[in-house]
Amino acid sequence: MEIRPYGDTLNDGAMQLSFTLPVPPGPEAKEAAKQLVHRMGFEAVSVVHMGDLGEGFSFFVVYAKTPTSIDFSAISVPKVDAKQMGFYAINEFIRTEIGRKVVVIGACTGTDAHTVGLDAIMNMKGYAGEYGLERYPEMVAVNLGSQVPNETLIARAIELKADCLLVSQVVTQKDVHIPNLTQLVELLEAEGLRDRLVLICGGPRISHELAIELGYDAGFGPGTLPPHVASFIVQEMVRRGMSPRDGRLCENTAASCW
Amino acid sequence: MKLNLDQTKVARARAAAARISADIHKFIAAHTTTAVERTVARLFGIDGVDSDGVPLANLVVEDIARGGALSRGAALALGNASASLDLTPRQVAEQVAAGRISLAKLPFRPDAARAVADTYAHDALRRIAARRREREELLAELGEGDRPYLYVIVATGNIYEDVTQARAAARAGADIIAVIRTTGQSLLDYVPYGATTEGFGGTYATQENFRIMRRALDEIGQELKRYIRLVNYASGLCMPEIAALGAMERLDMMLNDALYGILFRDINMQRTLVDQYFSRIINGYAGIIINTGEDNYLTTADAVEAAHTVLASQFINEQLAHLSGLPDEQIGLGHAYEIDPDKADSMLLELAQAQMARQIFPRAPLKYMPPTKHMTGNIFKGHSMNSMFNLTSVLTRQGIHLLGMLTEAIHTPFLQDRYLALENAKYVMRAARSLADEVTFVPGGKAEARADEVLGKALDLLARVEQIGLMEAIEQGIFADVKRSRFGGKGLDGVAKQAPDYYNPFVAPMLAKQYLSGGEQ
Repeated sequence: MEIRPYGDTLNDGAMQLSFTLPVPPGPEAKEAAKQLVHRMGFEAVSVVHMGDLGEGFSFFVVYAKTPTSIDFSAISVPKVDAKQMGFYAINEFIRTEIGRKVVVIGACTGTDAHTVGLDAIMNMKGYAGEYGLERYPEMVAVNLGSQVPNETLIARAIELKADCLLVSQVVTQKDVHIPNLTQLVELLEAEGLRDRLVLICGGPRISHELAIELGYDAGFGPGTLPPHVASFIVQEMVRRGMSPRDGRLCENTAASCW
Repeated sequence: MKLNLDQTKVARARAAAARISADIHKFIAAHTTTAVERTVARLFGIDGVDSDGVPLANLVVEDIARGGALSRGAALALGNASASLDLTPRQVAEQVAAGRISLAKLPFRPDAARAVADTYAHDALRRIAARRREREELLAELGEGDRPYLYVIVATGNIYEDVTQARAAARAGADIIAVIRTTGQSLLDYVPYGATTEGFGGTYATQENFRIMRRALDEIGQELKRYIRLVNYASGLCMPEIAALGAMERLDMMLNDALYGILFRDINMQRTLVDQYFSRIINGYAGIIINTGEDNYLTTADAVEAAHTVLASQFINEQLAHLSGLPDEQIGLGHAYEIDPDKADSMLLELAQAQMARQIFPRAPLKYMPPTKHMTGNIFKGHSMNSMFNLTSVLTRQGIHLLGMLTEAIHTPFLQDRYLALENAKYVMRAARSLADEVTFVPGGKAEARADEVLGKALDLLARVEQIGLMEAIEQGIFADVKRSRFGGKGLDGVAKQAPDYYNPFVAPMLAKQYLSGGEQ
């Protein structure tokens, strides 16, 4: 099924764009904006607004139509593979399927000081009417807060015998989050701990696809609520046979059974 | 447009906050920190870094601490060395950096040390007083924007790129430019040096970066015939040092909160409480308006349920600021428009709270923060939420209006985002400039009930904090739902008890406003 953006008629391809050009406003700037959008492949380009941003910059609002279409039936997106459960169902699931408390450690790692997202998932109070993981009676949720070095996170994970690490990254300017997220995976692999943890990252610019690519088990983006994350954690633990403390995960482990 | 507030409750809350502050002040006045002493060193003219990039101020204070003389203060150690060796403090610092001398090993002559320390201190005081006068003269010459002042941030990481964006913002109507710091700077136990072009989510606060932006804003201010204020952060592990750099480079506002670093950066509470005192003394003397950080509470706690913690903290911040010699006109108490937009009457509640703050702190230039927590990436809805915030601000006559960006939660502002935010605020504020003079609240209506509820809860909270003391209250997680131990966090190793002969030559003259018009001459 081929589709195009919808303005007011099916598949008319109508789109709105806005952007800044590093030239002062004027007839040439307006024409440049128009030609630029045209060269992107748009048709019926109409520059509806030009504003003066000062210092030799101009702002444009443009409407145009794209001839490009996409086959919707051919789209496939990797998704977090877990059945959605609520607060009570998740705790019951832990009691019956795992049989012990699930230890989750959350942190904003590296230099990131923004805990809003992590707090929304972890805090007792929760977010948008959903309790945070700290409120789950069958979970031990520890929020390490902001600017936690990856090494500290790992040390705490060993100390607390964590089942899951929840890493939040808000500052993504110049992709600063990528090396930081990658380093955590590398450190965990070097310590031989990677397979014994459910490793999750989240943040406004994080997608599940990116998380998988970086070696995480799941990634959660904007709009995620605590039960989304909790549902995944507990089901992933069962899927990987992580339930019993004294089970096969503890065989031959130099770092002692945790 | 006035709320009928219970003035007895206001007076009782203020009195409780005064007692809480006086209690914690006993601890503050008996201690110093490495950051405080580095500040003294910087004010004595010790600038620059060694070949490894370590600031001389750090090297000197580390040397003093190693010699066991931190508890007496850097002023006496430097004064003593200057007197004995006949060198300036800067030259003394270079000798220390080169490993040629150690300050605690020099014979200590207290009278000479103090006399020399006073000489250098008074030089610094006169320099700062001159920068303050310069601001007053520029304001008189150029004038300024209407209140609420429109405040925008620049955060490119590159100070030269910041300059371009700041100039464009000033042209579009901004009155205040804040250069957001690079993420992580608050936890550096030194101030980076020189002009910088790399940062993440912000730009390093350095003396040279301050100078570059100051010059740019002065130039554009002359062109626009409007004084443009410059803001940076006196927060983190270098609170007082950055306050001193701000004083020397004529910054106009500094974020400076007594509790923020403790709660949100896990800096040790003893360290921050001592550091905030001296940093605020410097801000006060330099005529710098402080911005407190209560708005941040509402990013972790619910904005309706926790509104009273904001008010309680404002009372405490006000009293601690008074103890540092800050007049009300320099206390930009923070609060925020963070109630869930899906809640019915969300704007009514915001209006009630903003008006309440306005009336309780009538002379303070309140710093009002825009929606951030419920910004989703839907830029169109975000833009209309910002309009409601703008309207609330102009109706309640806020002092410092931090503009919301439609792209909040997406990226640090694009040039066009700032332009659209300024356009929005100017339109709304022009449209509703006198509206508040023409309307009244219904006596005993929803707005008054809300204000009374928040005030009552704040009073209860302050009574509880007074009973257990501020440190214990922070340990119990009373503010922002965040618990911090008095022995935990970063920077505790930099705290020292003052010796009986401890001397900081800046505290008394700064509190007495010496060399300032109206102050002691």
